[in-house]
Amino acid sequence: MPKPEILDPQGKAVLGALPRLGFSGVTDVRQGKRFELEVDGEITAEVLEQVRQMAATLLSNPVIEDFTVAIETVPAAVSVVDPAESRS
Amino acid sequence: MKVGVVTFPGSLDDVDAQRAVRVAGHEALALWHGDHDLRGVDAVILPGGFSYGDYLRCGAISRFSPVMTEVVEAAGRGMPVLGICNGFQILCESHLLPGALIRNDHRRFVCRDQRLRIEDTDTPWTAAYAPGAEITVPLKNGEGGFVADAETLDRIEGEGRVVARYLDGNPNGSLRDIAGVTNERGNVVGLMPHPEHAVEDLTGPGTDGLGFFVSLAERVLA
Repeated sequence: MPKPEILDPQGKAVLGALPRLGFSGVTDVRQGKRFELEVDGEITAEVLEQVRQMAATLLSNPVIEDFTVAIETVPAAVSVVDPAESRS
Repeated sequence: MKVGVVTFPGSLDDVDAQRAVRVAGHEALALWHGDHDLRGVDAVILPGGFSYGDYLRCGAISRFSPVMTEVVEAAGRGMPVLGICNGFQILCESHLLPGALIRNDHRRFVCRDQRLRIEDTDTPWTAAYAPGAEITVPLKNGEGGFVADAETLDRIEGEGRVVARYLDGNPNGSLRDIAGVTNERGNVVGLMPHPEHAVEDLTGPGTDGLGFFVSLAERVLA
């Protein structure tokens, strides 16, 4: 997310568009980015630290952005139906 | 002098920068982003454009290209480095220069002849200008708003590291009207407007930009 003190022109544009669509009561909008990284195996402390380093070096610019890292479990893979079987 | 101009995928102004270097009486060498080699140049220019499509953030991916490892190393040794527009963004992402460049506050791309005041003439890129010189060069950017925290802004102003400031209106929301800055040592300069587009009377608003390229000889050979 852009740091609170950094102007966010895109968020401002969204804030300006909401009342035009009839939405009221929103006092501020900040626009950020979300990256979803899929990793092999278990998320150990070491893996998590590596992801934090990725966030600090490439994914974000610490001069103007803050970031948080959160773990989400991918839902169990949807089983693929074998086309040959489904025809029978 | 041999001046290297780096071409990244998406660079637009590399050929203009090479031409400006030659008009100023130097030899221009094309450098490639994928090479770990500065080919023995005496100075480096990172030109304008949209390197790597401005994906992620402007300059964020270019910063990690092989040639930038060499540029960062050479800058540390004192080699003159000039980043123009996208090149300025790359230098900020590389942490060779303070601050960052964000989307223009008015959210529109701006393209116009821009008046500037050259405030720091103690760099290898501005030594040819008189202190306080007012020049006009093209400006064209969508993400040219220079930002940094107040402490950093106070420090670079206090140390006289504001190379150029916008005159006659701030075109992009840059804090304190800052158009260009330099590093502590003064060898690395980033500038949002384009002096390389103002080196010949045939095109552009005049030849006010030529000083950036002429300065090299005055300073380095002095």
